Amino acid sequence: MDTGHHAITGIVAEALQRHAADEGALMPVLHAIQARLGHVPAEAVPLIATGLNLSRAEVHGVITFYHDFRTAPRGETTIHLCRAEACQAMGARALEAHAKAVLGIDYGGTTPDGRYSLEPVYCLGNCACSPSLRIGDEVHARVTPERFDALLAERQRPAP
Amino acid sequence: MTARVYIPADTTACALGADEVAAELAAQAAVRGVELSVVRTGSRGAYWLDPLIETDSEQGRHGFGPLTAAEVGSLFDAGFPGPCEHPLARGAVEQIPWLARQQRLTFARAGVVDPLSLDDYRAAGGYRGLENALAMPAQEIIDAVRESGLRGRGGAAFPTGIKWQTVRDAEGDRKYVACNADEGDSGTFADRLLMEADPFQLLEGMAIAGLAVGAERGYIYLRSEYPRALRILTQAIETARTAGYLGPDLCGSARAFDIELRLGAGAYICGEETSMLESLEGKRGLVRFKPPLPAIKGLFQRPTVVNNVLSLAAASTVLALGAEHYRQFGTGRSRGTLTAQLGGNVRRGGLVEVPFGVTLREVVEGWGEGTASGRPVRAIQVGGPLGTYLSASQWDTPLDYEAFAAIEGMLGHGGIVVFDDTVDLAEQARFAMEFCAVESCGKCTPCRVGSVRGMEIIDRIRNNQQREEQLKVLEALCETMVEGSLCAMGGLTPYPVRSALREFPEDFGLGPEA
Ligand SMILES: Cc1cc2nc3c(=O)[nH]c(=O)nc-3n(C[C@H](O)[C@H](O)[C@H](O)COP(=O)(O)O)c2cc1C
Ligand code: SF4
Repeated sequence: MDTGHHAITGIVAEALQRHAADEGALMPVLHAIQARLGHVPAEAVPLIATGLNLSRAEVHGVITFYHDFRTAPRGETTIHLCRAEACQAMGARALEAHAKAVLGIDYGGTTPDGRYSLEPVYCLGNCACSPSLRIGDEVHARVTPERFDALLAERQRPAP
Repeated sequence: MTARVYIPADTTACALGADEVAAELAAQAAVRGVELSVVRTGSRGAYWLDPLIETDSEQGRHGFGPLTAAEVGSLFDAGFPGPCEHPLARGAVEQIPWLARQQRLTFARAGVVDPLSLDDYRAAGGYRGLENALAMPAQEIIDAVRESGLRGRGGAAFPTGIKWQTVRDAEGDRKYVACNADEGDSGTFADRLLMEADPFQLLEGMAIAGLAVGAERGYIYLRSEYPRALRILTQAIETARTAGYLGPDLCGSARAFDIELRLGAGAYICGEETSMLESLEGKRGLVRFKPPLPAIKGLFQRPTVVNNVLSLAAASTVLALGAEHYRQFGTGRSRGTLTAQLGGNVRRGGLVEVPFGVTLREVVEGWGEGTASGRPVRAIQVGGPLGTYLSASQWDTPLDYEAFAAIEGMLGHGGIVVFDDTVDLAEQARFAMEFCAVESCGKCTPCRVGSVRGMEIIDRIRNNQQREEQLKVLEALCETMVEGSLCAMGGLTPYPVRSALREFPEDFGLGPEA
């Protein structure tokens, strides 16, 4: 992905333009930028601030308040492991230990090959079929450690 | 004749392989020269049966589930989509006792209709509520909601009609309807299922709220953890707008109401209504002081109705079927239906919509049929991460707001999480503190710092370091959090902690009598 200065400027401008007419548009703007770049780079902050008539501190404050927004690039795909109670009741703690060991990273980390980042999540709304995790935008149910390995293996395989 | 096949497509059904089943069904049908027309529905919420595939028959819809892609071949071999005998055949879906014993009002269409088909929605009674509302003076709409006895389903159980009245009576050059679709409580998924299986019902309820209070603009604040709900709602809003159910001229009435969907960003506290409003305004989700109430000064300082997804959806049922119809269900001051969400370590989990007043045990045993692990049930947490842990002696409590308050519990958003006898309640108590530490908005010290202290204290208790002493410190800390927190995040976190300690002292290294 080209995240050179020009690309960033263009993407921020596009996001600002799309939401120019919306009241209180900071969140949609940040989401739009992160959807394109995978994170909100530091150099986007002054551009957003100017575009929305906010201070840099306000923009920065919002980015750091919310768990979703990232200031540094992350892996190609994010794996969200559910840590909440329904999943705990079905072995999420063991799954968590397994996933961290297999990927060799902790929460907030990215695998050295840049493929996966690991994040905790507190509920995916799949609580009747726990434990749950989300890979990209796909939610998976009843994920045992074996199933976790199989899900990774399926993704490793080149598409037929 | 082309046979119609219904395949669920909500988050859970897909997490269980519904898309793979759909692909295999199409492939096998092609090979066998069987013509199928496939309808993707939401889900009935009988998740222990999902993916539950259905076909039309003379006795209504017949179901097969839980189906896997690998079993699709054997289903065709048995005569599918015609009448067939198969180990996964469930007979007439509406007569499956798990579903038949429910009282579906809000979720009557879930899993039955194509969520994005307006024709399906209207054919199943949709938009009747809005049509009625358009023919009524605003005050009568509010009176109907008040008479129905509807109380907010987001957790605080505040009477919806009174809230609407306050917004209607408040001064403001503009007013708003803000739908709380943050569904942060772990163990809950009813908002998600409604949005994925019957999204027009929410849009209809919001439009009715707009007419009642005089708002022309609504926002839906959706949690970012629900990408599928985002896709479906986005399309539903577009469809409703095109058909004139949203926009400048609702159903040709010259009255306006439109909706913008906004995404949260992974902060539990943004489910708290004032934090949600801050977030909708593009700010950090810091909880506001009340008063002023959001109903007086809410979004962008204007009078704002903040309601949960299910409250707004229920409003369309009330307006469609009448207040009397709605209030005949339930008990005491808890009217209508409770959408219990049965999850965790449970054999038959899913969405159980029943009149208020059914007992917790009836739901967990009658619907859940015990644990998924086959071990005995030991603890049940009701009401999300801030809800209490209940031991066996409390399971006969009826599911109604007042009965739960009487045992220091709360129904919250209706989440019921079942644990078997391998659970360690001291570990759960520690998690409650940890969750508060992670999700605190940071405004109050008892919540922000107290929760971190709470984790440390519980660790010491678990490690038997000055246990008696630390228990006293924990109790004092809980007291401080309850007394000194601005909102229920810090104020209710002590509830799961104290209930774990009170009901399961042995997990903290104490004798049951301690
Ligand atoms: C910490 C916290 C989290 C909350 N999370 C939610 C939520 O995710 N969804 C929701 O509808 N209400 C949530 N609430 C309750 C809201 O503050 C508010 O009462 C509700 O949205 C009002 O709608 P209702 O009257 O229809 O229930 C939460 C409250 C607190 C204190
Ligand atoms: S109790 Fe916690 S979450 Fe609530 S306002 Fe105070 S610091 Fe924020």
